[in-house]
Amino acid sequence: MSVPAELHYSEEHEWVSIDGDIATVGITDYAANALGDVVYVSLPTVDSTVSAGDPCGEVESTKSVSDLFSPVDGAVTEVNEELDDDPGLVNAEPYGAGWMFRVRIPASPDGDVVLPPGLLTAAEYEELTKTNS
Amino acid sequence: MRQTPLRQVHERLGATMTEFAGWLMPLRYGSETAEHLAVRSSAGLFDLSHMGEIAVTGPAAGEALDYALTGWLSRLKPGQARYTMLCAADGGILDDLVVYRQADDRFLVIANASNTAVVLAELADRCPPLGAVVADETASTALIAIQGPNAPSILAPLASADLGGLKYYSGTYGEVAGRPAWVARTGYTGEDGFEVFCAAEDAEHLWAAALSEAGTPEAGAAELRPAGLAARDTLRLEAGMPLYGNELGPDVTPFEAGLGRVVRLDKPGDFVGRKALAEVAAAVEAGTAPERTLIGLAARSRRVPRHGYPVLSDGAEVGTVTSGAPSPTLAMPIAMAYVARGTTGPFGIDVRGRVEPAELVKLPFYKRSQQA
Repeated sequence: MSVPAELHYSEEHEWVSIDGDIATVGITDYAANALGDVVYVSLPTVDSTVSAGDPCGEVESTKSVSDLFSPVDGAVTEVNEELDDDPGLVNAEPYGAGWMFRVRIPASPDGDVVLPPGLLTAAEYEELTKTNS
Repeated sequence: MRQTPLRQVHERLGATMTEFAGWLMPLRYGSETAEHLAVRSSAGLFDLSHMGEIAVTGPAAGEALDYALTGWLSRLKPGQARYTMLCAADGGILDDLVVYRQADDRFLVIANASNTAVVLAELADRCPPLGAVVADETASTALIAIQGPNAPSILAPLASADLGGLKYYSGTYGEVAGRPAWVARTGYTGEDGFEVFCAAEDAEHLWAAALSEAGTPEAGAAELRPAGLAARDTLRLEAGMPLYGNELGPDVTPFEAGLGRVVRLDKPGDFVGRKALAEVAAAVEAGTAPERTLIGLAARSRRVPRHGYPVLSDGAEVGTVTSGAPSPTLAMPIAMAYVARGTTGPFGIDVRGRVEPAELVKLPFYKRSQQA
């Protein structure tokens, strides 16, 4: 099970990659494996506002459907339209071509990017998946 | 949790295991969609050793089963199989079964894993007074299915029996890879294929022999891919086959499920449920029953209908989805649902608060091109 060290993670099994004030969000390898083949991903619309911990989409797999939670606050700048034609990218490359949406996250008055409390490090997330399985 | 004799084989293959009806079973080995499509295009290999095998034996076994089940089993010739049901006195379905007549005085009843205890208890109650002996052989029996258009060419070289001459819904004793087995041309996938019953201790040998006989697709051989319960469920749904607990249950009669043909009111003698089922049959004849019917729906949205979702017609709730999944073969979500008799649609399915349009489709969703 792959858990890249440079990413942040949520307890709902999303990963977050930070580049400047843009956060890229997807679901983890662990989540994709647990779901099985992903057949449809419903994503938030561009320019909509998402809040950390709130559902903002759905991930449909053969056996089940799961809410997609935003791990961060902010405005959606981009969604991965490739997933519409090829939702299997979520299984094939959960941390790459299977990314889901990008969010501009608010900065603090001194210009630092503010991540919501409660995001996990790779080591903490790995621990979480071990206690789950 | 109970384990099949192939548990270690599944783990070596890297299967995702799941609990099903008290058994630890392979859910999938890799992509369940790939497993599904392999069964449709070539062949899949299934461990179904969780299914219940109950032997009913003795000179009166056929007559005893005629009383215990809805079918006319005493009419089967050795080697024939029948899809039938175990009903309660009120006509409700306790399980759906496949029964093989293996010899004049021996029948093998195949029960769903979730219902094996119930079927065993009912048969042990209903059959011995009529002179038949009932024995649970589940633990000592393994069941391996090879399903798909290439199943005959993969299994035939391993089997001592002439599989080409084995008709759909029939079976024969023989050897497979040198081990004694009961080989039947039956399945739950909508494809041609075989179910091989063997001693639990021979299961690993037969599983390995089948994979080895098939060879590797890279070398140009016909693919035989291990397939798990996830693929089994989407395969049977496409084939319009009911699943106990979804389409069938104690509050459902065979007539509602569109399976009135399994109720043989024309057989002699009484059987459990006859009075209640005869009344339903008469009401069906008169056009006043059943109150609900099983239909097929194809979603016009990519959101997938799931078990329990409400079905609407012209905005009013008229029924419930019993099974739903994305169909790998048709590349759209499909569902079976019970709706009030006479409802014509246009149908919608309430998918978590939003109604998605769905089209009425004749069952089955998928039919293979030719029968064996």
